Amino acid sequence: MRLFKVVLVVILSLGVCSAFAADKEMKVGFVYVSPIGDAGYSYAHDVGRQAVEAMPGVTTSYVEAVPEGPDSERVMLNMARKGYDVIFATSFGYMDPMLKVAAQFPKTAFFHCSGFKMADNMGNYFGRMYQARYLSGVVAGSMTKSNILGYVAAFPIPEVIRGINAFALGAQSVNPDVVVRVVWTKTWYDPATEKEAAKSLLDVGADVIAQHQDSPGPQEAAEEKGVYSIGYNSDMSSFAPKAHLTAPVWHWGPYYTKMVDEVRKGTWKASSDWPGLAEGIVGLSPFGKMVPQNVKDKVKALEAEIASGKKQVFVGPIKDQKGEVKIADGVAAPDKDLLGMTWFVQGVVGTTK
Amino acid sequence: MVGIRIVKRQAPLGFWGACLVLFSALLLSLLLSGVLLFLGGTPPIKGIITLFQGAFCSRWALEDSVLKAIPIFLCSLGVAVAFRLKIWNIGAEGQFALGAVGATWVALTFPDWPKFVLLPAMICMAMVAGGAWGFIPALLRQRLKTNEIIVTLMLNYIAILFLDYLVYGVWKDPTSFGFPMTPSFSDQAIVGKIGSSTINWGLAHCLVLGVLVWGFFKYTRIGFEVKAAGDSVRAAKYAGLPYDRLVILVMVMSGALAGWAGFLEASATVNRLQPSIMVGYGYTAIVVAWLARLNPLGIGVASILLAGLRVGVENLQLDLQVPAAFGGILEGLILLTVLAGGFFTYYRFERRKKR
Repeated sequence: MRLFKVVLVVILSLGVCSAFAADKEMKVGFVYVSPIGDAGYSYAHDVGRQAVEAMPGVTTSYVEAVPEGPDSERVMLNMARKGYDVIFATSFGYMDPMLKVAAQFPKTAFFHCSGFKMADNMGNYFGRMYQARYLSGVVAGSMTKSNILGYVAAFPIPEVIRGINAFALGAQSVNPDVVVRVVWTKTWYDPATEKEAAKSLLDVGADVIAQHQDSPGPQEAAEEKGVYSIGYNSDMSSFAPKAHLTAPVWHWGPYYTKMVDEVRKGTWKASSDWPGLAEGIVGLSPFGKMVPQNVKDKVKALEAEIASGKKQVFVGPIKDQKGEVKIADGVAAPDKDLLGMTWFVQGVVGTTK
Repeated sequence: MVGIRIVKRQAPLGFWGACLVLFSALLLSLLLSGVLLFLGGTPPIKGIITLFQGAFCSRWALEDSVLKAIPIFLCSLGVAVAFRLKIWNIGAEGQFALGAVGATWVALTFPDWPKFVLLPAMICMAMVAGGAWGFIPALLRQRLKTNEIIVTLMLNYIAILFLDYLVYGVWKDPTSFGFPMTPSFSDQAIVGKIGSSTINWGLAHCLVLGVLVWGFFKYTRIGFEVKAAGDSVRAAKYAGLPYDRLVILVMVMSGALAGWAGFLEASATVNRLQPSIMVGYGYTAIVVAWLARLNPLGIGVASILLAGLRVGVENLQLDLQVPAAFGGILEGLILLTVLAGGFFTYYRFERRKKR
């Protein structure tokens, strides 16, 4: 009888243990390049993280303002050692460090945002932000009077160049005379520099200011001058209520929850994902009051066309600044070319250096 | 009336006294940061423990902290040499950048050289490039009476923009999809790791260079001249010391050491040149040098301490979600309390006697 009790207790406790093992809390870590309070890029990712946090049986944490060099490798190592099951690293410079860490922790699932390298347990992902950029270009092209659009650009890397080109194509589609003037700040977050850069664009006659950085500096410059602006990353209308037409924004929640769920079920395989308007990962923030109804309708229709795949942004003939045809008539540029884009389309004033 | 007055000590505080002051200063800064944590809604004791666990209390944590301390130590050793002569070299950041550029040039131009030739060649080039970036402000200062603080600071921007120009332009890896980075170095150009640890052989470089700098000031005549001239420029000139040459010497040494740090960072930790190699070690070095009162051993301790804090703050973020800015506040508090504590080296409080 006594033996029976002991055996029963052992069996029960084993059962309880295995039950716990099956329902083990998933730990998901995020690495951000800037502080999440910036209303910009990292903030948008963090909104996605909160959606993951809301999933039952999942806890999340993050480390913000992680420099893109060796520091990021240490942060990811630390997460992996602490038993995080899934790690999202959300900036380009984390790619090589993540590759090194992924090799050491084969059971952990790694996701790298905006890069191109992969491993068995490391996938990469990014959003087709250029689709939303195109739509914002349509809005800007419809609203400009001077036919000069200003673009405060971050760094001359393919992601930013692609965004500028899509914006220009969108604007040209409704207003063939429009030019996009580009100023590089070589910053991701520097409110003063970015505001100054926007002012320099206002001085050359730009009456719509678009931007790629995380700070609302350019929005404020547009608001003060009384012209229009296009935000980025998240709805920036609170910084420039009279200027803010709309903003191409990120919605990471659906993607992050889907990936975490796949890892939990064991169905995840490392892949290279580039979701866009169709998946709802990118979109436009609500229009400002000054945007007329016909523009709104046009943009909504275009949005539906792009989402359904009926229309693509980079379809030839597209010429570069010198007038050379870069994408031939009727040809849609393959993703590989988009990811490595280092030239501006015709109608953009500025250099890609 | 009972009051407190300040009295100058007969002799400066001894070694153990100084240690006591330093320890109390650190304790005070931790106490203050505990209060901040509490105000931010984090349990303070748990927070401080998490911080130290993440910085020093495991083999990994210790390795991470030492690894991060290596470039800080070398830059700091460099600025400390210049500070001894009261030459304010704020340019370690730019000298670090040029050192990385110099080393990268060698690594990319002669990738097939054997390791025992390539690495020394990279070090030499890094020291020459970093040293040159120290030589310019020294020359300008002695010939044209420019202010070295301004010139070294401005040269930082030039150096960093030059680095950017290279990695965005001529040195850009053609397979990087247009992203700014050079190709990876060949295996011969990479400083390896010590045994099974994550620490690279740069640690050994630090030890040797630290001892050399200490010996330079302790045993060589020129080292003595630098110290003497640092204490009083006019006395040194009166005694016939070659002040101009000393200024140039310390600035070149300073730049060469920062350049060496740039070489290690490019070769051992990043394995290539990219803009994100610049994370402000050159500025941290100034803080470290002052915390350590310019003493090489102290610089070693202070750089591990500051590196550890930065590593530990990440742990604090991960486990308790304290904002990243807390790390900067903590660093500032430590510098403030330790420097303020320096007051007690020469002065003490005394209770005013009743009249």
